[in-house]
Amino acid sequence: MIETMNESKTTTPMPVPAPEPVRRVGPPPPGEQPAMLIEHVTKRFVVGRKKKPVLAVNDVTMSIRRGEIYGILGANGSGKSTLIRLISTLLTIDGGRIEVFGHDVEREEMAVKQLINRVSVDAAFFKKLSPHENLAYAARLYGLDTASARKDAIRILARLGVAEKRLSRPVEQMSRGMQQKVAIARALLTSPTVLLLDEPTTGLDPRSKLDVQAFIEEVRDSHDATIVLTTHDLAEAERLCDRIALINDGRMVAEGTPAELKTMVARDHGMDPTMDSVFMTFTGRSLDDDHEDDDNHDDE
Amino acid sequence: MSMATREMRASFAFVERNFNLTKRYWGWEVAWLVYSLAAALSVAFIGVAQGDTRLLQVLVIGTIFWNFLSIVFGFIGETVTWERWEGTLEYTFMAPVRRYTQLVGSTLFAVTYAVIQMVVILVVMMLFFGLEFSGGNFVTAAAFLVLGSISFVGVGMMAAILPLLYVERGDQMVFVIQSVILLFSGVYYSTDILPGWMQFVSQFSPGTYVLDGIREGLIKGTPVTELLHDVWPLLIMGALLIPLGVYVFGIAERYAKRTGKLKRVG
Repeated sequence: MIETMNESKTTTPMPVPAPEPVRRVGPPPPGEQPAMLIEHVTKRFVVGRKKKPVLAVNDVTMSIRRGEIYGILGANGSGKSTLIRLISTLLTIDGGRIEVFGHDVEREEMAVKQLINRVSVDAAFFKKLSPHENLAYAARLYGLDTASARKDAIRILARLGVAEKRLSRPVEQMSRGMQQKVAIARALLTSPTVLLLDEPTTGLDPRSKLDVQAFIEEVRDSHDATIVLTTHDLAEAERLCDRIALINDGRMVAEGTPAELKTMVARDHGMDPTMDSVFMTFTGRSLDDDHEDDDNHDDE
Repeated sequence: MSMATREMRASFAFVERNFNLTKRYWGWEVAWLVYSLAAALSVAFIGVAQGDTRLLQVLVIGTIFWNFLSIVFGFIGETVTWERWEGTLEYTFMAPVRRYTQLVGSTLFAVTYAVIQMVVILVVMMLFFGLEFSGGNFVTAAAFLVLGSISFVGVGMMAAILPLLYVERGDQMVFVIQSVILLFSGVYYSTDILPGWMQFVSQFSPGTYVLDGIREGLIKGTPVTELLHDVWPLLIMGALLIPLGVYVFGIAERYAKRTGKLKRVG
């Protein structure tokens, strides 16, 4: 022990690699509180007086572990975004329950809202306002100090490749990719314990997409955040997600790690062990298939 | 941080945001101010044409203070419309903010904005027509403005559910409500000249009491203590309409979440 201490005084210390974050993959073991528990959740929408209600989410059950990146994969209209809205308290649940760290989303709505944040496919901003103004609004809504939130936003956006000088001009003058990066910064400002990313890279150019994907990995590794990611992009799902659930017509049709899912289709269906095969096997259609938007209904 | 501090900070989010939006849409603000001024002057010229100073005062007070009340009503009533148009409705509704916190912030901004516009129009009118309210009781006018704002916020909150429930036509419905209040509240005339059934309906409009009280205060110099017949209906309406507005809005929000209407933009 003494020797070691002396050694350490006389020799140049070797850089100590940062400890690898512990990757906790798979459903939470018994006794461990899941970050998110979705139990037999159902959501239906009335689309007209004479039509049958549309079952957008049909008896979905998931248990997501703290620190996981959990992917939800499905074609347009499969129910992914509806599920995210149910977790976000933006829709009421018709059947089943959702808990975020033990808080029921319906009964303890405010507690859940404090824990979550969401980035949607369309970066929702006051377009005439600058990113700084939009971020100040977000900071105040979440009870943050605006001065420190501003510093945090600048740091996060610099990491995403958005220069500070761009942050005073109206959002409408920014590219779609830039806007999405600001949306991600806005979500991270509030240090959410659960981050809901609803197709965050859809419509982005390849460079912006890679920036965002790298940043999601960074957030996973450096923050104590659980991430739920919906995507159309199979490569993205494979790269980022610890586990993936496939949703088809509102039902969960498969769940597992990317490796487990690929092994399953190769072993049970004799398909190539690729995510494309996984998607085709479990949903019976390609990603380009378009269903009617799952919650686009108005009986006005 | 205490809950009260947090809620105050969240309230200020709406004040600051609306201020920033007003700043960015300054062209529209100029347009609305010019329109309001032109409308006020046009109406006031009717009094000038009649050569009746008393009528001129009635019209000027009606037009200026109706402008104030309709701004307060409009800001609250169109809260959902604005957010839907910008595409931020889901973002705001997902934030951990209570509706009454949002209401306080929106009201603070609306009243400040309306006061500024009211002062500008009042000054222009006084310069234009050489009007003086030298014997007027400005405390009475201010008291009725405050009481009226409270009632109009309650009505506005209830009107705000319409764009939430009726995505396409809700905004038009808010406009219709505003127009009906204008008709029944005696903005440009005394409600005594209305047909019997309209006089009956006018009793339920806070505008009737606000305008009557302000006219009594500014033209006759009547102190607010002698206008209790106008004060108590406003107190009752304020006490009932704001909690009722928040409650009804809560029901409408729940309905919107059940049917997925929060998602709609544009």
